[in-house]
Amino acid sequence: MNVLALVGRTAQLLPVLLGVSVIVFVMMALTPGDPVEVMLSGQQVPPEQVQAMRHDMGLDRPPLERFAVFLGNALTGDFGLSFFHRRPVTDVIAERLPATIELTLAALLIALAVSIPLGVLAAVHKNRFIDRLAAIGSLFGISLPGFWFGIIMIMIFAVHMQVLPVSGRMDYACEVAPITRLMTIDSLLRGRPDCFSNALSHIILPALTLALPMAAVLTRVQRAAMLEVLRSDYIVFAHAKGISRRRVLWRHALKNALVPTVTVAAMETGSLLGGNMVVETVFGWPGLGRLVVESIFVRNYPLIQAAVLFYAVTYVLLNFVADLLYTMLNPRVRL
Amino acid sequence: MNAAALSVAPEKPTRSPTWESLRRFVADRFSLLAAIVVALFILMAIFAPWLAPHDPDENDLLRRLQPAAWMEGGEWSYLLGCDGLGRDILSRIIYGARVSIAIGVVVVLIATAVGTALGLAAGYMRGWVDILVSRVIDILLGFPYLIFAIALMAMMGPGLENIILALVYKEWVVPARVVRGEVLAAREMEYVEAARAVGAPRLHIMVREILPNILSPVIVVSTIRMAHVIILEASLSFLGLGVQPPTASWGSMVADGRAFILDAWWASTFPGIAILLLVLSINVASQGLRDAFDPKFSD
Repeated sequence: MNVLALVGRTAQLLPVLLGVSVIVFVMMALTPGDPVEVMLSGQQVPPEQVQAMRHDMGLDRPPLERFAVFLGNALTGDFGLSFFHRRPVTDVIAERLPATIELTLAALLIALAVSIPLGVLAAVHKNRFIDRLAAIGSLFGISLPGFWFGIIMIMIFAVHMQVLPVSGRMDYACEVAPITRLMTIDSLLRGRPDCFSNALSHIILPALTLALPMAAVLTRVQRAAMLEVLRSDYIVFAHAKGISRRRVLWRHALKNALVPTVTVAAMETGSLLGGNMVVETVFGWPGLGRLVVESIFVRNYPLIQAAVLFYAVTYVLLNFVADLLYTMLNPRVRL
Repeated sequence: MNAAALSVAPEKPTRSPTWESLRRFVADRFSLLAAIVVALFILMAIFAPWLAPHDPDENDLLRRLQPAAWMEGGEWSYLLGCDGLGRDILSRIIYGARVSIAIGVVVVLIATAVGTALGLAAGYMRGWVDILVSRVIDILLGFPYLIFAIALMAMMGPGLENIILALVYKEWVVPARVVRGEVLAAREMEYVEAARAVGAPRLHIMVREILPNILSPVIVVSTIRMAHVIILEASLSFLGLGVQPPTASWGSMVADGRAFILDAWWASTFPGIAILLLVLSINVASQGLRDAFDPKFSD
């Protein structure tokens, strides 16, 4: 793949992102309910002050002008002040983002760790017990409503057995100075194994809940890819050469059968980010998803705009990365 | 094969491919069972007023968080117990099926109709229509589904029609992409070429020639999407952005019950089982449908 093709692909992203920002802006402009009114929540304030505040937030200007200002500022990385926090939106989002990233990575890790071996085993033992089990497991994985599964997990492990915490990211007793802002990694880097296990106990249930549907999809992808590879000539040849069965399977076959799985995993990570809001709400996880849900209820337009744009950019970029990975891992495909 | 056998062999009537597919579907017992469960849920939704033992919205604070019948303090007339306002959970689940199924069916029907029309136009006419439709699809794909729906619900306010709209605005993309892809392949086939050669009008070729030939993947995709849409509606209701109280919706029932997980596990467990059972059955049935209509998938 050459640089020119890469530049071309990147340029294709721009109209999509512009379209996304237009839609987000129009949505916010059409949303009824004045942010200032919501902020006051019915308390009596002199109308001049309300007017001054609306002027201050730029709400009295015509929508088109507001959009131009929003777009111009966004290009310089300025998304304005959060109505609710009275701080730059980017700061507020940056504060919440590490929690979401940590949760997403943990879920991705679990999903891959489950689906790759399971998919391979299912393919090798096609139509046998383990294959049927994997198929039934995948069906449940895509059919379970995440918010309900999360609550059931809380009831079993936090309320009934009391082995895991109900919500949050870490106990207050464990304040480690931030390095990466991913609590599990920071506590290890700071040499606090007690805090590591504390952070781990908090993340395990939400990560599991988030990982389940993804693991279900990836298992199917891995199984299908493995079945295809196992039929190919080079595998038959490797067997014929007398290479051990295990080596053929886990070295020769898996290497090629991983390509679709990795690609789909990259794409699914985008939807994982979007699915976070339900799981974060259930587990009181202080991430971006919960922030967006809260912001919608208080009409915090600048924050919603920036967050949705952020999601869209990440989503589009992850799909782009998936394409690139696919081409790099599979030289037969040309971009 | 000998000549005698040949002469005896009865002339087999040729069945339509659709009939053959349906026969394959019925032969798959697992899928058939799932389809029956889905049908039972639909019947339950239709006949809710006759089936529900109690008024789903009737509060009875004396029965607040009454446990399920088989537990201590339970009553057989309140089989699955009562919620935080003393409402019968079973009756609310029966009525909640109406919301889930109505939204699932209506959203998928509208989205499939719109998506099929746009996909047909884009795939067959190409040119600026295709560019426009494909760009809009790209942009809509840039949004995570739930975030898009949540933002729309905030914009339009709560209500059944608004949930349907919020989901349709993005859902049509799925059938549109499938149809466009199928049409791109079909438009190069001989039968389309033949129709063009005899001078059939464009609309006729799209609707009467191509559409019937690409219908089975569209139907299969729609049934799979229905499961998706039902979970999305439940998620919206769970977040408080869906159907508004007191109307019973499975998602909001789970959300309400969440406040009582320490004392009353049944309040959010049973409505969730209803969601799981319906979505699981739809998924199994649609998988069976896919295998029946397209045997090359059945690997």
